[in-house]
Amino acid sequence: MIKVVLFANLREELGTKSVCLESAGLSDVQDVIEKLGDEQGANWLELLTHDNILVAVNQEIMDRDAGVADADEVAFFPPVTGG
Amino acid sequence: MNIRISIQAASFDPGDEIRELRQASLDVGGISVFVGVVRDTNEEDSVSGLFLEHYPGMTEKQIKTIVDEAGSRWDVRAATVIHRVGQLHPGDEIVFVGVGSHHRGDAFDACEFIIDYLKTRATFWKKETTGTGDRWLVTGDSDIQTADSWNK
Repeated sequence: MIKVVLFANLREELGTKSVCLESAGLSDVQDVIEKLGDEQGANWLELLTHDNILVAVNQEIMDRDAGVADADEVAFFPPVTGG
Repeated sequence: MNIRISIQAASFDPGDEIRELRQASLDVGGISVFVGVVRDTNEEDSVSGLFLEHYPGMTEKQIKTIVDEAGSRWDVRAATVIHRVGQLHPGDEIVFVGVGSHHRGDAFDACEFIIDYLKTRATFWKKETTGTGDRWLVTGDSDIQTADSWNK
């Protein structure tokens, strides 16, 4: 399984903080996004492909072509605003 | 380098943190401190609350990377970064950055570098409560430019 986690306005707008996906057939982050769109709804595809949304795989910032594997954690979030 | 990083809901006492930095080593000759506080206004709206969310695990790792980077650029003998999460209110402290160095110049620069980088790289998000509703904040261009300026 691949664990997908969401933060801030994405968590609120998509109504959940995490979902799990079967990892079969998923090779990169873009595949994860497309599968989320298929399984969860078109609004997921729209929000997760937005230009300003950042991606982390296993807690490291990555591009959308980064590879994913079973047991990975894939996070989506807006630009950070701490401090 | 003694490093202390804490993400916590509880408040902190800057005085206690400064005392701890002093005790790190007798070769610390100067301590520079930044304390961030919740304002009661933002962009001309009154703010009654500020909620802070973060990505547990990733946030701590990113702050450690930022502090290590500061330690590679300047003389840093001790560094403390505390960031609060959860529901805060105007007047509450949000963040503490303290750096102890042999001399003041390194302490000033490393402290400023850490807070500038933290604002644009550490996985925290703020939502403020205003008279016209709740809103997630967006990263300011000036914050990005300030952090980027360390690489010029």
